[in-house]
Amino acid sequence: MKYFSRLRVRRVYKWLGEPTFNRKLKTYEYGSLAINVDGLPKTTIINVGQHILIEGDDEDHPYVAKVIRLFADESGKRKKVCVQWFVRVSEVPLNKLKQLGREPHPQEIFFYQGRSCDDEVNAESILRPVQVVHVEAEAKFPVIKDEDTLFVKLSWDSKTFKVVDSSLVGPVLSTPPLPCPKLSLPPSPPCSPTAAAPLPHPSSRRALPTPDPLIMARACSGEVRRSRVCMSAGKVGSLEAESLHSATKLSASKCLSAKRRSASARTPGVRKKLELNSPEKTTQGDIQGQQLDEKLDSEMMLAQRLSSSPPRMEPLPHCLTPLRSGHRALASPLSHRLTPLRKSHRVVDDEDIVPIKPSSVVLRQLSGVHSPLSPSREDPDSPQQADVVEADVPNSSVLTPKRRNSTPRRNSTTRGQKAATPSQKKEGRTSREPALAVLAEVDNENSPMLPVAATPRSSKRKSAQLVSLRIRKQLNLLDCQLYLNSDGEDEDEFVPSKKELRSSSEDEEEEDEELDSDEDVVSKKRRNAAGLRTPRSKQKSGSSARTPRKTPNKRITPSTPRTPRHATPSIPSRSLPARQPSNALEEARTRLHVSSVPESLPCREQEFQDIYSFVESKVIDGTGGCMYISGVPGTGKTATVHEVMRCLQHAAEVDEIPSFTFIEINGMKMTDPHQAYVQILQKLTGQKATADHAAALLEKRFSNPAPRKESTVLLVDELDLLWTRKQNVMYNLFDWPTRRHARLVVLTIANTMDLPERIMINRVASRLGLTRMSFQPYTFKQLQQIIMSRLNKVKAFEEDALQLVSRKVAALSGDARRCLDICRRATEICEHSAAAPSTARLVGMGHVMEALNEMFSSTYVTAIKYASVQEQLFLRAVIAEFRRRGLEEATFQQVFVQHQALCRVEGLQPISVSEGLAVCQRLGACRLLLLESSRLGVLLRVRLNVSQDDVLYALKAE
Amino acid sequence: MSKRKVKDSHLPVGECITEVQSILRERLCCNLHPDKPEEIEAQHKHLLELLKRTVIHGESNSVLIVAPRGAGKTMLLKCVLRDLLQEKEAEKSLLQVHLNGLLQTDDRIALKEITRQLHLENVVGDKVFGSFAENLAFLLEALKKGDRSSSRPVLFILDEFDLFAHHKNQTLLYNLFDVAQSAQAPIAVVGLTCRLDVLELLEKRVKSRFSHRQIHLLSTLTFCQYVQRVQTQLSLPENFPDKKFGQEWNKSITTLCKDASVEEVLRRHFNTSKDFRSMHALLMLCLSRVSVSKPVLKPADVLEASKLRFADAKGNMLHGLSILELCLIIAMKHLNDVYEDEPFNLQMVHNEFKKFLQRKSNSMYNFEQPVIMKAFEHLQQLELIRPVDSSTAKIQKEYQLMRLMLNHSQIMEALQKYPQCPTDVKQWAKSAFA
Repeated sequence: MKYFSRLRVRRVYKWLGEPTFNRKLKTYEYGSLAINVDGLPKTTIINVGQHILIEGDDEDHPYVAKVIRLFADESGKRKKVCVQWFVRVSEVPLNKLKQLGREPHPQEIFFYQGRSCDDEVNAESILRPVQVVHVEAEAKFPVIKDEDTLFVKLSWDSKTFKVVDSSLVGPVLSTPPLPCPKLSLPPSPPCSPTAAAPLPHPSSRRALPTPDPLIMARACSGEVRRSRVCMSAGKVGSLEAESLHSATKLSASKCLSAKRRSASARTPGVRKKLELNSPEKTTQGDIQGQQLDEKLDSEMMLAQRLSSSPPRMEPLPHCLTPLRSGHRALASPLSHRLTPLRKSHRVVDDEDIVPIKPSSVVLRQLSGVHSPLSPSREDPDSPQQADVVEADVPNSSVLTPKRRNSTPRRNSTTRGQKAATPSQKKEGRTSREPALAVLAEVDNENSPMLPVAATPRSSKRKSAQLVSLRIRKQLNLLDCQLYLNSDGEDEDEFVPSKKELRSSSEDEEEEDEELDSDEDVVSKKRRNAAGLRTPRSKQKSGSSARTPRKTPNKRITPSTPRTPRHATPSIPSRSLPARQPSNALEEARTRLHVSSVPESLPCREQEFQDIYSFVESKVIDGTGGCMYISGVPGTGKTATVHEVMRCLQHAAEVDEIPSFTFIEINGMKMTDPHQAYVQILQKLTGQKATADHAAALLEKRFSNPAPRKESTVLLVDELDLLWTRKQNVMYNLFDWPTRRHARLVVLTIANTMDLPERIMINRVASRLGLTRMSFQPYTFKQLQQIIMSRLNKVKAFEEDALQLVSRKVAALSGDARRCLDICRRATEICEHSAAAPSTARLVGMGHVMEALNEMFSSTYVTAIKYASVQEQLFLRAVIAEFRRRGLEEATFQQVFVQHQALCRVEGLQPISVSEGLAVCQRLGACRLLLLESSRLGVLLRVRLNVSQDDVLYALKAE
Repeated sequence: MSKRKVKDSHLPVGECITEVQSILRERLCCNLHPDKPEEIEAQHKHLLELLKRTVIHGESNSVLIVAPRGAGKTMLLKCVLRDLLQEKEAEKSLLQVHLNGLLQTDDRIALKEITRQLHLENVVGDKVFGSFAENLAFLLEALKKGDRSSSRPVLFILDEFDLFAHHKNQTLLYNLFDVAQSAQAPIAVVGLTCRLDVLELLEKRVKSRFSHRQIHLLSTLTFCQYVQRVQTQLSLPENFPDKKFGQEWNKSITTLCKDASVEEVLRRHFNTSKDFRSMHALLMLCLSRVSVSKPVLKPADVLEASKLRFADAKGNMLHGLSILELCLIIAMKHLNDVYEDEPFNLQMVHNEFKKFLQRKSNSMYNFEQPVIMKAFEHLQQLELIRPVDSSTAKIQKEYQLMRLMLNHSQIMEALQKYPQCPTDVKQWAKSAFA
C-alpha cells in the first residue's frame, strides 16, 4: 500500500459575534466560529448545535460531534468547543458490533453516551461541518447521494446500543438535507485534508447506485453532447457505454424515476452482497438470484429505453446477450464495454471471446463509426441468439429479438424461448460453482476497471485497500447497471471527469508496475485477500466500503491471478464428535492435560494480585506502564496474566472499571521481531500493513491525543526474541506507554530475571522501568496442590504417588508442565497394566516410578547395552586409547589400532578400515561419539559424548 | 486348487528362478512392513494408544521415537498408522502431515509444506502463497480456531526431528508443541530421530512444552533370531507355483543356514550391525548369484557376497595405482613410522624414495621430478593423501604438508594382492632398510 502524506492546509479560526462572559466557568462563550482556509475566499461558519467533523488519528474518519458550546478560556487565547460525541461504526469494537444484529450502514454513526471521554476539544481540530440525520429505529436508511451525510439511529454507551431520541440529534430524515453547511466550504484542492475528508465513502457510493447530484441536474437539462462523446469514446471506454444510452435520448426524468426505484429496491441487495465475503457459501444462491433480479431491472429499463428509439437498437441485443450466459460472460463484456482501452487489463480469457465480440461491435458503433452493422456480423457472435430468433419470429422486426432477450428476465414472458432462457441462466449459475477459481480470475481481470468506471473520484485516493474480489464483482455488476441506468441522461457529465478517468487509469498502471516490481506489496495484498474471510471480514468489508481511499488503486495485476481468495484459516471439522472420557482415569487425564483451563490458578495468588492491581490501576487512571515478568518455563507466567485479563475483562463488563482492549503477541510466534508491529496493529484495528508502516501507524496512534480512547493492555510473551541489533522494537514497546495519550499497559514475559540488564541497552532498560516480578519455580507442595486442584476430587491417584511426582519435579525443575505430563503418563501406564479396564484403579507408586524412569532416565547406558558387538568393542577401544594418551580425544586411526588389538583379544576376526569407519559413524549418528565430518576418513577425531564410567558400566553389566 | 497344483507343479527351471528372484527381491528391497510388529509390541501399543487418544478423544500429544538408524522407527510408525487407519473414525477424520528434516530445511519451507498438506485455504493447486510471516500467522490462526471436540485431529510426523531443532529460534517446534499444550485443534506431534541427545537440542521453552514422551527402540536381537530371520527372508512361501521346486529351495536354505562357514559370515555381520538393512543388502548379493545353471544358494555364494560387503574401499583403490605411486605411498608410510604421524611434503617423500633407489643398482625407477609431482597430485586427487590445511594459496606444491589417509595394515594388505608387485618394493615396504 502506498500512503501519501497530505499537504496540511492552514486554517484560520475566528470568533463571530460578541462573547458572553460566563462567570461561573470564567469563559467567554460565543455563538459561532468562522473557519477560513488559506487561499480560499470562502468562510465556513460553525454554529452551536451544528454537527462537525473533528480531526482524529484517522484522516479518513474524522470524529463526528455536535457543538454544544463554543467558548474561549479566560485569557481568550484558546478557542475551545464543548461537544457531544458521535461514534462511527469503525470506532465501535468489532466484537460489540455484533450486538447490532445487522450490518451497520457505512454512513451510520452512533450517539455516544459512554464515559471516559473528554468533551472539550480545541477549536483548531474542527475540520468542517457535516450533515447528521436522525433516522427512526425501524426506518430504512435513506439513500442520499451526499456521502457527507451521516445517519444516527442508535446511541452507544460502550456497552450496548439504544434507540436515540431525535431531539438529541437534529434534523429528522423527512427534512431534506440542507446543502448549505457543506457547500459553504468549497471543493478545495484535492490534497488538502478538507478535500480528503469528504471523500471517505466512495465505495459506499459505489455500493449505492446513486448518481451524483450534479450529474442528475445536468442530465435533467437534457443536454446531449454527442460530439464529445465520440471524441472521448476512443479514449475512455466507459463513456461509450454511456453514449450508447445517450443515443436513446430517453427523457431524463423518466430515467431518474426508474433509477430511484431501482436504487431503493437495490440497496438492501447491496448490503447483502457485502456480506458475501463471509464464509458461508449457502447464501450464494440467493445472492445470485438477486443479481439476476437486478440484471432484470436494468435490462428492463434498457429495453424500455431502447424501444423508444428503434433505429439504434440493433447493437443492443449483442450488448445484452452476454448477460444471459451466466456471470462469467456477464462480467467480462460489461467491463470491456466500460473500459476497453485500459492497458493493464488483458483481454478476457479466450473462452469468452464470444461475449467480447458483440461488445466491441457495440463500441464501434457507439464511437460514432456508424458503419452499417449488418446482422451477418451478429450471427457468428451469438449463435444462441440466432437460434432464438429463428425459432421464434424469423421475420419479425428488429425490435422483437431484442425484446425477447430482455423479456425472459422479467419472468413474465410467454414466448417460445422462455423455456430456454432459464436453463441458460441455470447453466451460468451451476457452472459458476465448480469453476470458482477460474471465475475469480476473470473477476480479477475485470476488477481493476471498477474504480475507474464506478467512482472516478475515488481514484484520486492514493491509499489502497483491497476489497474482496467478490464484492468487487458485485459492485462491478451494479456499476454497470448504474451506468446503464444513469448514463442516458448524463453523458456530458463525464466529459469533465474524463481527465480524472484517464489520470486514474494512469495511476493504476503506475500502481500495477509498482506491484510487479514490489513483491512486498503484492504479498501484502495477498494477505489482505486472504484475510478477507476471517471472522472479522464482515466488518472489514463494511469498513472498506466506507474507506474506499484504500480500494481504488492497488489492484492485483491481471497477470497475477495467484492470490488465494477467500482463505479462511481453519482446520476442517470432524464428522464424529470427539469421545468424552469414560472412566476416572480418562477423566483425570483430560483434566491433567496442560491445555485444560483450571477454574482457578492455585499457588500464584500473590502474583495474580500484584499484576491485577497493577493493570487495574493503570486502566482506571487511563495511564500507561510497563511490567516485566520473569520465571523459568512452566511456572505459570502466561497463565497468570491470562487469568488476570479474564478477571479484568469481566470487571469491565460489569462496569467496575473502564473497558479496555487486551491484545497479545508472542515473540516465538513471529518470524521476525518487526512482525510485532504488524501483529499489534492487526489485533488492534484489523488493518494489515508492512512492518514499517504498521510501526508508523502505531506510533501515530499512541502518540496523538484522541478523545474517547480505550486503554490497551498488551502482553508481550517471550520478550527476548524481540531483540534486534538496534533494539528499536523493544524501545518502541516500552516507549509508547510513557506517552501522555497512549493509555497503553505493556506486560512483558521472559525467562531470565536479568534480561533487561543483560540484553537491553540503557535507554530501553530505563523505559521498561523497575516494575519487575519474578515467578519462582513451584515447590513440591505447590505442585501437589496444582495437581489436586486440577483433579478436583476425581479420585485417580494415590496420595503418595502424587507426592513422589511433585517432589521429583520440584527437585529437577519446578516445571508444572512436566509434572502434569508425568501424571498423565502414569495414568496411561496404570490403565495398560490393569487387566480389566473397567475396574476402578488408582495410580500407584509403581506407575509413577515407571513414568518417571521413562522420562528422566538416561538412555545412553541402555543404548550401549543393546549396541552390536563391534560397536561395543569400538567404544572400549576409544576408552583404551584415551587412557593411553591421557587425552579425551583421538583420531580414528589411533582408535582403530586399539580396536584391531581388542578384536584379536576377543577372538574376533579383525574388521577392515571401511567397516570400522561405518561402525564409528553409526555410533556418531546416535551421538554416543562426537565426530568430525566423515570426509576426513581415518584422520577424523573422535570424542566420547558419554562419561567413560557410563560406558564401562554399560559394558560390564553385560 | 488341486487341479491347479497338478497343472502348475512342473514349471521349467528358468521360470522358477525368475519367480524366486521376483519374490525375494520384493521382500528384500521394498521395505515391506510386517503384519505384526516383532520385538517391539510394547512400543507399538504405546504409540498406537497415544495416537488413538488424539484421534478419538481429541487429546493433543507429542512424542519422540528415538532409535539408531535401521532400528525400525519408520516401520513402527507405519505399522501404527496402518492399524490406526483401520478404525473408521480415524480414517475419516485424521489429517496427516509428513515432514522430513532433510527436505524441509528451514521453517519457511516447512510451513509451506504443512499448509499444503493440510489443504488450508491459502493453497491454490499445489502452491502456497504468502510470505513466511503470513503463513505462520495463517497456520496458527487455523489451529487456534479449532477446538478439541470439533476439529479434525492433525498428525504431524517430523522425520529427522533433530534437524528441525537447528532451525532459527525453533519457531516451528515451539509452535507445534505450544499448540499441543493448549486448547486448540487436537494435534499429535511425532518426531523420529536417531540422536539420543535430542532433548538437549531443544531450547528450554520448547523443551518445557514437549511432553517428554520418548519411545526407544533398542534391538534385543540375538544371533539365533538373526539367523532365523535370514532363513525366513530367503524361504519361499507355501503357495509357490512349483511346489516341488519350492520345497527343494526351502530345504537348501535350511541347510545353508546350518553351514558352519555361512554361520561364521552371518555372525560377523551380526557383530558389526544388528540392523536388517545391511543383512538385506548381503542377501541381495547372494540372490543375484542364483541363475538357471545354478538354481540353489551355496555357502560359497554367501562367502563371496560377504567378501564384497566387507571389502575395504581405500585398500582396493591401491590396487589400481602405478608402481611409482605405490612406491610413494610406501615412502610415506616409512615417513609416518619415523616421524610418528607428523605431516610430510613432496620433497620429504621424494628423498625417502631416492634413498630406496640409491640402494638399488639398476635405475629402473629413475623418474624425473615432474613425473613424481604428477603422481603425487594424482594421489591427492584420489584422496589417499590430503593437505593438512586447506589454504593452498601461498605454499608451493612441493612443500605443502600432507597426511596419509591410509592405515599401515591397508597398505600391507594391498601390496599382498597387487598384481606382479616387484619383490624389492615388497621388501622395502616391510622394512625401510631392505
